[in-house]
Amino acid sequence: MNSLFRFNQLWQLTVALFRELIREPGVLFWGIVFPILMSLGLGLAFTKKSDVIRKVAIVSNIEESATRSDTTTVTEFLQKNCEKNLPEGKESWQWKYTINDGKLGNSIFLFYNMEWDEAMRLLKRGTINVLLSGVNGQIEYHFDPLNSDAELTYLKLSNIIGKGTLLEKKNYSEIKPLTVKGTRYIDFLVPGLITMGVMMSSMWGISYGIIEKRSKKLLRRLVATPMKKSHFLIALITVRLAMNFIESLALFLFALFAFKLTIQGDISALILMFLAGNIAFAGIAVFVSSHTSNTEVGNGLINFVVFPMMVLSGIFFSYQNFPEWSIPVIKNLPLTMMTDGIRSIFNEGAGYHEVAIPILILTVMGIVFFSAGLKIFKWH
Amino acid sequence: MQTENVIEVKNVWKSFKTVQAVKGVNLKIPKGQFIALLGPNGAGKTTMVEMIEGIQKPDKGEITIIGKRWKGNEDELHNIIGLSLQETRFIDKLRVSETLKLFASFYDLGKERVNEIINIIGLEEKRNSYAVNLSGGQRQRMAIGIALINNPSILLLDEPTTGLDPNARREIWEILKNLKEKSETSMILTTHYMEEAEYLCDYIVIMDNGIILKEGTLQQLLEEATNTPENKDRNHKTLDDLFVSLTGRKINE
Repeated sequence: MNSLFRFNQLWQLTVALFRELIREPGVLFWGIVFPILMSLGLGLAFTKKSDVIRKVAIVSNIEESATRSDTTTVTEFLQKNCEKNLPEGKESWQWKYTINDGKLGNSIFLFYNMEWDEAMRLLKRGTINVLLSGVNGQIEYHFDPLNSDAELTYLKLSNIIGKGTLLEKKNYSEIKPLTVKGTRYIDFLVPGLITMGVMMSSMWGISYGIIEKRSKKLLRRLVATPMKKSHFLIALITVRLAMNFIESLALFLFALFAFKLTIQGDISALILMFLAGNIAFAGIAVFVSSHTSNTEVGNGLINFVVFPMMVLSGIFFSYQNFPEWSIPVIKNLPLTMMTDGIRSIFNEGAGYHEVAIPILILTVMGIVFFSAGLKIFKWH
Repeated sequence: MQTENVIEVKNVWKSFKTVQAVKGVNLKIPKGQFIALLGPNGAGKTTMVEMIEGIQKPDKGEITIIGKRWKGNEDELHNIIGLSLQETRFIDKLRVSETLKLFASFYDLGKERVNEIINIIGLEEKRNSYAVNLSGGQRQRMAIGIALINNPSILLLDEPTTGLDPNARREIWEILKNLKEKSETSMILTTHYMEEAEYLCDYIVIMDNGIILKEGTLQQLLEEATNTPENKDRNHKTLDDLFVSLTGRKINE
């Protein structure tokens, strides 16, 4: 068979699979619009400083000691410095204290008088995270020390109230907000969203696509022709790569215009890193879908691969918060490797020198998984 | 003159875990002959066809197509065989013409052959419809069109009309009847419809529980049916009657 004929087979397969993909209306939404909406939502939530409301309970009865709380010092603070909610007001808070700050954003403390039991119930629901009480003229703060937001509320409140006496509001003049490129949350987030998109799109698009075609007996029908088997997989991967490129480009362009995101490193290294990540996930996807024809089993297998990486690989928040022993393992996950590489090119100005090893590892990983998958691949 | 056999099945056995699906079947299919493998569900018809089309390997015995075994001759044999499997679904969002074009490309065939096939299967008005929007009968006609695209010497059809209404079934029969008249294609058709086998095929093989119960031309089998003690007093004998006399039950039970 001549090579032109072979190329026509491959071309027709690629065109057919591309048509199948773009004719599905959900593809446009879930592949392109949804990641953009996610970056918009998260970007706005973490880049624009809005008023932060901190709700605090003032308890009049402390359960542990079964004695009444002496809230005199707290009440003095509230009466002297806070805005009192009028009885006809629609809000349920009793007192309000506002720290106006142009740099860090306004903090609004809302105080509620309540019994210990009710305060605990609201604490469990996450409505409040700090309880105030007074004992022997001293203010006591009750909160979960592992809850960093509660700790922050405590630090701010204790700074304002002090040990029963009002301290001056700080103007935070010594704080200089960082405006260096690549330090914002959106700079951290967008590369992660791009790599997560590549993983999800490859795993669901390739793996699930293969399993579904096997369950519909289409693979079996295809291999009953002189079609070259590898052409089918190459076409499937090519279509997915093209789709991943379009989706990632759309997300990047959106972030470029909406959040002034920049690529500080080498663009050609970025393209290679992107390709290597795609190769890795395409290989894994072929391997995962090499045997089963049951879509339920396929769902489980795909989730087994993508879910741990989604959680561990530092897409939304740094994986450095995980236990120290787990960090070397996490760093070697394909999604982490791709995300770290792409983030370093976006935000740290990295080039070939910094990302050559991850590119090599991801490419080899993809080839190994693809070859192993092809070896055990069930066409019917 | 000796007739040329395009398919020869010699003492073939096949089992799946604890089920013995095919037990020592022998079969010869001459060029141009249409053969029906007739039998109820679980008779071993599909396994037999899957072994002929090379999807399953026999545990024992030998199958040759135009004198060749599958091993080492896959490309050549795929080029001369047309196939329609049970319940195959093609790509939902691909048009009829695009689906045929895709399969045509596997045989280095182009638009002309696609148009010919669309004409043969009578789907001119549906050529731009997505596969998912076709009726069951239209979908099956497209599957037969795909099976015919390479102008095959051997056509294997696994229950091509199962689940279709009588009109749609009749349309498929007419396509196959025309093919029989106009080409030298040999065909194996599995079915559990007696009338389908009677209408389309020159030679009928009745299978049950993995073995061949009876085989012959329709005439020969009907004569046998007449000669059975249960049927000797009846005027009109059918293959159904023969099947009942052979197995004690009806084919669709």
